[in-house]
Amino acid sequence: MKDHEKEELELDVFLTLVHKCYGYDFSQYARASIKRRVQKLTLLSGHKHISALLPKILYEPDFLDEFLRGMSVTVTEMFRDPWVFKMLREKVIPALRIFPKINIWHAGCATGEEVYSMAILLQEEGLLEYSRIYATDFNDHSLRIAHNGIYPLENMKKYTQNYIQAGGKSSFSDYYRVGGEFAIFDNSLKKNIVFTNHNLVEDQAFGEMNLVVCRNVLIYFNQTLQSRVLGLFRDSLSTRGFLILGEKETTRFSKLDDDFEVFSSREKIFRMK
Amino acid sequence: MARYEAIVIGVSAGGLQALSILIPSLPENFAVPVLIVLHRKAERDSFLEEHLDGLSQVKVRVAKPNDILEPGKVYMAPGGYHLMVERGNILALSIDPPVCFSLPSIDVLFESAADVYQEKLIGVILTGANSDGSDGLKKIRALGGLGVVQDPETADAPTMPESAISVAGADHILPLDEIGSFLTEIIRGT
Repeated sequence: MKDHEKEELELDVFLTLVHKCYGYDFSQYARASIKRRVQKLTLLSGHKHISALLPKILYEPDFLDEFLRGMSVTVTEMFRDPWVFKMLREKVIPALRIFPKINIWHAGCATGEEVYSMAILLQEEGLLEYSRIYATDFNDHSLRIAHNGIYPLENMKKYTQNYIQAGGKSSFSDYYRVGGEFAIFDNSLKKNIVFTNHNLVEDQAFGEMNLVVCRNVLIYFNQTLQSRVLGLFRDSLSTRGFLILGEKETTRFSKLDDDFEVFSSREKIFRMK
Repeated sequence: MARYEAIVIGVSAGGLQALSILIPSLPENFAVPVLIVLHRKAERDSFLEEHLDGLSQVKVRVAKPNDILEPGKVYMAPGGYHLMVERGNILALSIDPPVCFSLPSIDVLFESAADVYQEKLIGVILTGANSDGSDGLKKIRALGGLGVVQDPETADAPTMPESAISVAGADHILPLDEIGSFLTEIIRGT
């Protein structure tokens, strides 16, 4: 057997152990990404072969945390793709105003940058107090960071630019205070945010959402899992509810395409028919 | 069985010009898909692909997740996303952290493609001012694939081809204007 075939086998065994020992099923994730991440973890642990991680995952429960942490590292920003937030502000928010209570689900919120972006936008539109945002991720470590709402100060320049391009109505620095090297976001932003663990691979739908935001999560899944997750969103959305996906994601290629219509194609905003 | 099933190309500084020479020299009936990482900023538009498509006989597109690779088509990694090949000739994107300061990264594309195609892959490194792609080309060659590097003397920025030659070695070191005809011959011959 060649070395790269052995490596595939080692990865299969590793992922099987993660599933059997802890219940996290990564078998329907895009293989190339997950392989890179496990390889990186292997190197960081000072090893050459993925198989060196097998005893660690079996007998060191803390190592699972380390693995999960590595599994949810992505590049994210506040008001990432500002034009999406602009469209949200100008076209989606007016349609949501008619509801006495607005339910929003941020699925796969990771470290929460977009959740706070949403809270700021709702605040400026006078809707935050009528809203409830469910921010979910399968990774407790990411959720803790999201809940804390503390981000490196060095990122604020980029976030401020994004905020302005997204049509921000105030001054971005009004929403955080500086503590050392960090920007600490205002507690008032999170009073209507519920941070909670939810795994898109196996957990159930949420009820009566007016808006579901899930950006740059589906690209990590294979098509079977993408379809399952789009099904969860459909079942979670109320009549004429909105779904926002990442720039490269779409409801097309899934059997659920018929349930959604395109609301704004460049911004990847969809709406339940 | 065909000797080669796909070509991956990595290019950075000076890349638009280099691709404007290389891609138009490929024939319309080119028998394998071509995947390209050009270091670029994240942007919403696809002017670059449209420009190259207009010059070329092969079809040039921005790579999308779930695309199934077709011969005679060129797939370019969008700015701000890594491009990878999955088993079953399916494309995938990710926004993992930069590799070699690059997003998209050449190493990420080359290493994933090497896993899928092994000895049936050709990797090409063109002009560039950093060392992204060297590790990827090394893996391609280690799994039996073919490594082609632009002659650094013909490169706008020689660092990337020089790095590839020193880290990975190369089966062929060619001037830019010969790479298109070389690939055409080798693919026709398979």
